[in-house]
Amino acid sequence: MTRLLEVQGLKAWYGSTEVLHGIDLNVEEGQVTALLGANGAGKTTTLRSICKHLVRIGGSVTFRGERIDNYSTEQIAMAGVGHVPDGRGTFLGLSAEENLRLGAHARRDRSAVLEDLERMYSYFPRLKERRAQQAGTLSGGEQQMLAIARALMGRPSLLLLDEPSFGLAPLVVRDIFDIMRRVRSEERVSILIVEQNARAALELADTAYLLETGRIVKHGTSADMRNDDAVRRAYLGE
Amino acid sequence: MMMETFVQQLMAGLSTGGIYACLALALVMIYQATHHVNFAQGEMAMFSTFIAWALIQAGLPYWVAFGATVVISFGMGAVLEFAVIRPLHKAPELSVVVVFIGLLMVFHSLAGWIFGTQIKEFPSPFPKDAWFGGSMMSPHQVGTIFVAMCIVALLFTFFRFTTLGLTMRAAAQNPGSSRLLGIRVGRMLMLGWGLAGAIGAVAGMMVAPVVFLDPGMMTGVLIYAFAGALIGGIDNPVGAILGGFLVGVLENLIGTYIVGTELKLSVALVLIIVVLVVRPAGLLGRHIVQRV
Ligand SMILES: Nc1ncnc2c1ncn2[C@@H]1O[C@H](COP(=O)(O)OP(=O)(O)OP(=O)(O)O)[C@@H](O)[C@H]1O
Ligand SMILES: [Mg+2]
Repeated sequence: MTRLLEVQGLKAWYGSTEVLHGIDLNVEEGQVTALLGANGAGKTTTLRSICKHLVRIGGSVTFRGERIDNYSTEQIAMAGVGHVPDGRGTFLGLSAEENLRLGAHARRDRSAVLEDLERMYSYFPRLKERRAQQAGTLSGGEQQMLAIARALMGRPSLLLLDEPSFGLAPLVVRDIFDIMRRVRSEERVSILIVEQNARAALELADTAYLLETGRIVKHGTSADMRNDDAVRRAYLGE
Repeated sequence: MMMETFVQQLMAGLSTGGIYACLALALVMIYQATHHVNFAQGEMAMFSTFIAWALIQAGLPYWVAFGATVVISFGMGAVLEFAVIRPLHKAPELSVVVVFIGLLMVFHSLAGWIFGTQIKEFPSPFPKDAWFGGSMMSPHQVGTIFVAMCIVALLFTFFRFTTLGLTMRAAAQNPGSSRLLGIRVGRMLMLGWGLAGAIGAVAGMMVAPVVFLDPGMMTGVLIYAFAGALIGGIDNPVGAILGGFLVGVLENLIGTYIVGTELKLSVALVLIIVVLVVRPAGLLGRHIVQRV
């Protein structure tokens, strides 16, 4: 297994408040890694830190063997990190298809882009129906699908997913996780997924980390985590 | 006879309206990207026109000078964004307004200082005896409308059908999300300012043969353009174009039939106030629908 992302001693600050206190975390190539934790634990901040988005960081982030912690957000994206952000990052005034085309803005392989667009529509048929519609008028679930597809359009080698289940009805959540399973088997992309819905995330993931107030308190394979008493009590409600 | 005056004024209005529409478009482009109204847009255009004048004086053919001026003005706008506006991105609204007014005065005095304050003639590229002139419209008026239409068509094509145009719209709408996609938001802003500067230059070169060239020539024009942008909706390019043409026509008709030329400028001011009071979003003010 090769290591795609290696985060060491990661700290993060909003203003002068430190919210991550030295995190170590790895994502192996071809795998899905879950980052679990309660509200305010610092999950979103961890993803933002990897992209240097809206937050000041310390420590090291290595992506495909290269230090990226001194890159700009734009450079990190261009290096192959796709980020499906907290809040979905929809371009509200653009059409759904324009949102998708934006994901591929830097690609020059036009015909491959068109193929990818069609493939996204095959994952998310709802988006195809709404391709010409202003993205701001899409439902929450559709906007979540749009955000995932937009990030995939850039052919990232690492996809950061921030709570894809947030605010969605259970059926839609199941839909999205089913599609993510297809994506992981059909796309050449590794995934780091942040979730409060630990059950769904552990079903998808190979390994998982548990974050509590800015520190990793546990990590292991998904099976280990599912069988851990503390995890079961606190995050699986058993 | 009555009818003829009316049609003539209408046509003249469309011609100046084209100029207002271009400048209004420049204002809207910058507003969409930064939520600031560039009060210096008119003076920048005036300065560009002086550059064109100097190039023509130096012996360049009109269209070469025209092209060079557009390119130089593009660069001027881009540099201004980078050097003056970008450092202000966290400054409070009022200080940005003050900087814009400062820029306005800088360009104004700079033009007077470099080129002198006496009124100069500026040539029209459309000869007086051109085939497309007529009893209703001079060739310059026809040419101006044509040039305005070309700008509109070019911009529309650029923003609608090119990837660069799409990324510029994205960067203006949602800079954070754009960065996560690898779009260089700062560069897009520079481009936007450059385009606005270039459009302003064309507007300046089209209006100068009519109003003559002097450092104050764009003051009134900017107010009309601003009225046009507001009428159409300050964040709506299509609205700005229609608004610009509408203001041009209204200005001429009201100037001819109601208030007389001396009071024409106040028509623009009244329009601005009425729009702000009655329909602040403009006639076509865009609503971005968002489901919550
Ligand atoms: N923009 C911000 N400015 C200041 N503090 C912030 C900001 N965003 C988050 N925080 C703080 O940082 C800490 C971690 O927040 P973060 O959003 O990373 O948590 P999270 O695990 O994603 O939570 P949730 O499950 O609610 O999304 C919290 O204490 C939060 O209050
Ligand atoms: Mg979060």
